[in-house]
Amino acid sequence: MVGGLRMQNSIIRAENLSIGYDDKVIMKNLSFDIPKGDIFIIMGGSGCGKSTLLRTLTGLIPAHSGQIWIRDIDFINADPSEKLEVMKHSGILYQSGALFSSMTLAENVALPLQQYTSYSPDKISRIVAFKLALVGLAGYEDYYPSEISGGMRKRAGLARALALDPEIVYFDEPSAGLDPISSKNLDDLILEINKTLGTTIIVVTHELSSIFAIGKNSIFLDKTIKTISAKGNPKELLKNPPNEQVYEFLTRGERHEKGTK
Amino acid sequence: MIEVTTKDNCLVCTLKDVLDETTRLNISAAQLHNKKIQLVGSNIKSWNTDFVVTLFNALKDVPKENLSYSHLPEGMEQLLRLAFQAPHHEPTNPRPKLPFLDSVGEGGIRFCRCVKKGCGFIHDCLSAWGRQLTGKAVYRSKDFWMILADCGPKSILIVSLISFMVGLILAFVGAIQLKTFGAQIYVASLVTIGMTRIMGAVMTGVIMAGRTGASYAATIGTMQVNEELDALQTMGISRTDFLVLPRMNALLLAMPILILLADFMGILGGCFVCVSFWDIPLSEYIKYTVNSFYMNHFLVGVFHGIVFGWIIALCGCYFGVHCGRNADSVGAATTKAVVYSIVWMIVTTGLLTVVFQWLGV
Repeated sequence: MVGGLRMQNSIIRAENLSIGYDDKVIMKNLSFDIPKGDIFIIMGGSGCGKSTLLRTLTGLIPAHSGQIWIRDIDFINADPSEKLEVMKHSGILYQSGALFSSMTLAENVALPLQQYTSYSPDKISRIVAFKLALVGLAGYEDYYPSEISGGMRKRAGLARALALDPEIVYFDEPSAGLDPISSKNLDDLILEINKTLGTTIIVVTHELSSIFAIGKNSIFLDKTIKTISAKGNPKELLKNPPNEQVYEFLTRGERHEKGTK
Repeated sequence: MIEVTTKDNCLVCTLKDVLDETTRLNISAAQLHNKKIQLVGSNIKSWNTDFVVTLFNALKDVPKENLSYSHLPEGMEQLLRLAFQAPHHEPTNPRPKLPFLDSVGEGGIRFCRCVKKGCGFIHDCLSAWGRQLTGKAVYRSKDFWMILADCGPKSILIVSLISFMVGLILAFVGAIQLKTFGAQIYVASLVTIGMTRIMGAVMTGVIMAGRTGASYAATIGTMQVNEELDALQTMGISRTDFLVLPRMNALLLAMPILILLADFMGILGGCFVCVSFWDIPLSEYIKYTVNSFYMNHFLVGVFHGIVFGWIIALCGCYFGVHCGRNADSVGAATTKAVVYSIVWMIVTTGLLTVVFQWLGV
């Protein structure tokens, strides 16, 4: 519980984290805190390791070194039952939605409920209908993922992520492949969920409109130095960019000249 | 078509007429060294991208501030400016060739990793079976029935057809030889023993490897590409329980029934040849078939089928689960699933034959 004492208002804390695949280190010395109820953006250029960090935070790949504390649990050294407990309180929306194509939307959303609760089938179907309605998909229970649009698939994926009323929801590139209106609708939905349910939201994205629309806190992963080069509210970072890379990223490549901006 | 002159330490390249891939640019590196270069194009009648590529390759080492353009066609000048503005990177070899001994070592390490991964997967599958016995494995019964329908009833036609043809071929080939001794009637025994003991199982195994094993690898591989396996893992649902177990169970249940069908159809094929081409009476064929049918041969065949079913499901699911995250990987996983299934089936057949001989079965 050392981490727990130190975490206080944070729901996730990373300390000197090194991440990568096999022997290849992609990012190192990553240290950050994610407060409860925050909308936390992990941003950076393509190929900088944002998704790798997300995969590490969700336990899909092991960290090279360092520590991750999630809900007062040392996530890296936790035993499988503790990890499962953490994952039960987390939901993830993948880039593609990752809905199971052989199941209807209702069956997809019902799966975690069947796995982790002892609710009756009737209660599960009522919860499923509610969650689908929450993301604007009421009446689509019996549709298969292949029968709906990309934006709807993402919303259905979000309904599944929210099935167990998680404390943390991770989003991997939520705007990818969506038109501007669908993207904005999804951003609004994220804000709504954060506001009404108090869910901590962690978003991996490089979509500037989403970053400024929803981000309360953020970290910027810099590929050149292989670590975090900026932290803070994205709008504040734009006003007072700590370095050229962050400014260029947040202004779509506009050059930053000191004293003029 | 290119005239090169020097004026006040400036190399003036006057481009004229038609400029295309056949245009030669006769400028040496020494001529370009530390000189300002002016490209003059007032006389150009036509040009194409091939010429711009030739010009760029010839001038790419010249600092862009030393280059100036005069009266070039608008598109050509823009294209050249764009080419010179793009950052120039030296080509790097992403996969440098390893010395021979190193590559042997790498191969050995890769092989050991594959063996370890394979053994780990078999262990996972056996553990999943254990969980199933204690009622702790999680998979949807609906999935199991759908998979069983796909690998069972939907395979009946192809298994029947192939087995019939195999029986027919066995009878033809056997009868030609047995005729020389006047013993065509023993074709019935040959076909019965051949089909029930091994051929029925092997042919069904090969068909199911191509049909069902490939489908398992492609389905699970595509789930990997679509991040569905990640979703399962982060939901805390074992992919072995959820995806592998129903497929393995379905195939283990379907194989013995399909082998029974294959044996019957093979014997029917033999019967068709004997009755139609070798004038053997149907009653005689049936009599010799019944006399040659031994339960131990049949059970050996069924046992082979169960083992083949396990191998096919294992290979199909293993390569699906360990598939990469792109379309090519799904194709590769599917191919490997079929090839490895067939190879392991043949190897296992050899081993089982020796074991059964030793046991006197």
